[in-house]
Amino acid sequence: MSDHNYVPSSKIGKWFNDRLPLLTLADHLKEYPTPKNLNYWWTFGGILTFCLITQIITGIVLGMHYVAHADYAFDSVEHIMRDVNYGWLIRYVHANGASMFFLAVYIHIFRSLYYGSYKSPREVIWIIGMIIYLLMMMTAFMGYVLPWGQMSFWGATVITNLFSAVPFFGEGITNWLWGGYSVDNPTLTRFFSLHYLLPFLILGLVILHIWALHVPGNNNPIGIDLKKPSKDTVPFHPYIVIKDLFALLLFLIVFAFFVFYSPNVLGHSDNYIEANPLVTPAHIVPEWYLLPFYAILRSVPDKLLGVIAMFASIFILVILPWLDTSKIRSAIFRPIYKQLYWILVLDVLILGYMGAMPAEGTYLLIARVATVYYFLHFLVILPFLGKREKTLQVPLSITEPVLGGSPNPQMVKKRERT
Amino acid sequence: MSEKKKVQRRDFIFTASYALGAVGVGAVVWPLIDQMNPDRSVKALASTEVDVSSLEPGNSITVLWRGKPVFIKRRTQGEIDEARNVNLKDLPHPEKDEDRAKDPEWLVMLGICTHLGCVPLGDKGEYNGWFCPCHGSHYDTSGRIRKGPAPTNLEIPKYEFVNSNTIKIG
Repeated sequence: MSDHNYVPSSKIGKWFNDRLPLLTLADHLKEYPTPKNLNYWWTFGGILTFCLITQIITGIVLGMHYVAHADYAFDSVEHIMRDVNYGWLIRYVHANGASMFFLAVYIHIFRSLYYGSYKSPREVIWIIGMIIYLLMMMTAFMGYVLPWGQMSFWGATVITNLFSAVPFFGEGITNWLWGGYSVDNPTLTRFFSLHYLLPFLILGLVILHIWALHVPGNNNPIGIDLKKPSKDTVPFHPYIVIKDLFALLLFLIVFAFFVFYSPNVLGHSDNYIEANPLVTPAHIVPEWYLLPFYAILRSVPDKLLGVIAMFASIFILVILPWLDTSKIRSAIFRPIYKQLYWILVLDVLILGYMGAMPAEGTYLLIARVATVYYFLHFLVILPFLGKREKTLQVPLSITEPVLGGSPNPQMVKKRERT
Repeated sequence: MSEKKKVQRRDFIFTASYALGAVGVGAVVWPLIDQMNPDRSVKALASTEVDVSSLEPGNSITVLWRGKPVFIKRRTQGEIDEARNVNLKDLPHPEKDEDRAKDPEWLVMLGICTHLGCVPLGDKGEYNGWFCPCHGSHYDTSGRIRKGPAPTNLEIPKYEFVNSNTIKIG
């Protein structure tokens, strides 16, 4: 933490700060010492905050015009698109905003995987992040149900039916989730209620995520511990603020491209057909950001085991800080891990592609191999590799590789010992 | 603590208070959970009567019951024979066709794939029965699972013939 002896310059500021130290908090955020070698992969935290706020604002506006009822929901969405002033813009920003949110969160997560940001002492940041990710998936899923199109209805049916795999209580759980004997109006109204609630829970967790980050401070590309503040750090404002804003600007170009030039390319055309409980679309496909998990679900031939594998693939990430036994954080100094990292990225992309393809023949075979490799990577390779891998020499400080000096005294001691 | 702590009357009061508190919390939480279960208006729509007089052999209709599709199929003799001449050992979920269709001509079952709840398509699949397009489950002419990820046969709801033309489901 930075300087806690902050004293506001104005008299009224001092009066207020003595009663509620908000100005101290603002000063901490401004002066927060940040590693000076952070690259652009570190700008996605700010981008994600922007995404969350965008979703909340556009969502509140949509909630003013949307009607959560099985008979009116589909028409009210068309009403938003055609009649409401700028309704098309707000809905397209919200719908594509969800995809942009996931794009950013995947980059953010894979950044963490590459540079070992989940390792001690940042395990709690990572776990909170995974809870946020889980809540994001739930929120996005329920939001996708609200327009009450064919994909909404059948996506909701397939996903809620996952719980029917639970032995003995399966039927009771699904009926409880639905408020009936199938996905119907009671399901829609509760999904709307929860879709409105969860983003605010996410916001609360984001605050905890940042709070937990500010205790040890940022990880950095070479993954070493820094003395803070020191020659290796810069204050958050203006250095990181400006860099984050520039990255956000570039991100917004991509965002705006989707909103204005191809607003429906990430959606599914079947969702412009109103929900019909008698007809199932030929291919039920979830949104792109859930496809890898969908592929894992389908690659297991047994219903219950498929559901377990899917949930396990997410839970495995929560315990990752204890699965990866390597003390070296950054992949830069782990030559073998670095290659395995890219294989994992490829593996997840393959799973995503297989999730969009029909579950048969070669597709199914590839999906199965990719699923096995996914679990192999986390459960076997990482624990083993951390103990055996010959890592490269880690520099003592951020400036050392550049200037050849400025050693970090703690690290020198450690190195002398070994 | 050097001495072993003796159980005192106060400990009993603590335990009793926690227990009562837990009961109180449970009593408050239960209505909040139970409100999500199917309500009375949903339960009230428990049965549907269907006129099947216009159905020719080989044809089937789909009706909604409790928001779920129900297949009513009037089977041809060929389909009945195919369903009855199956070795039970070949079935992942062995059930005799005689138990699934009391009147062999009429097959009444929920049109919901037992995998993840999609509606299977009629007269399709490798067993001339139903095929689920979502994840590729094949059902035979008795609605029994033969191939694919679905764990059980298509469910038979409670139904009866009110008269020779009308089926009451539920």
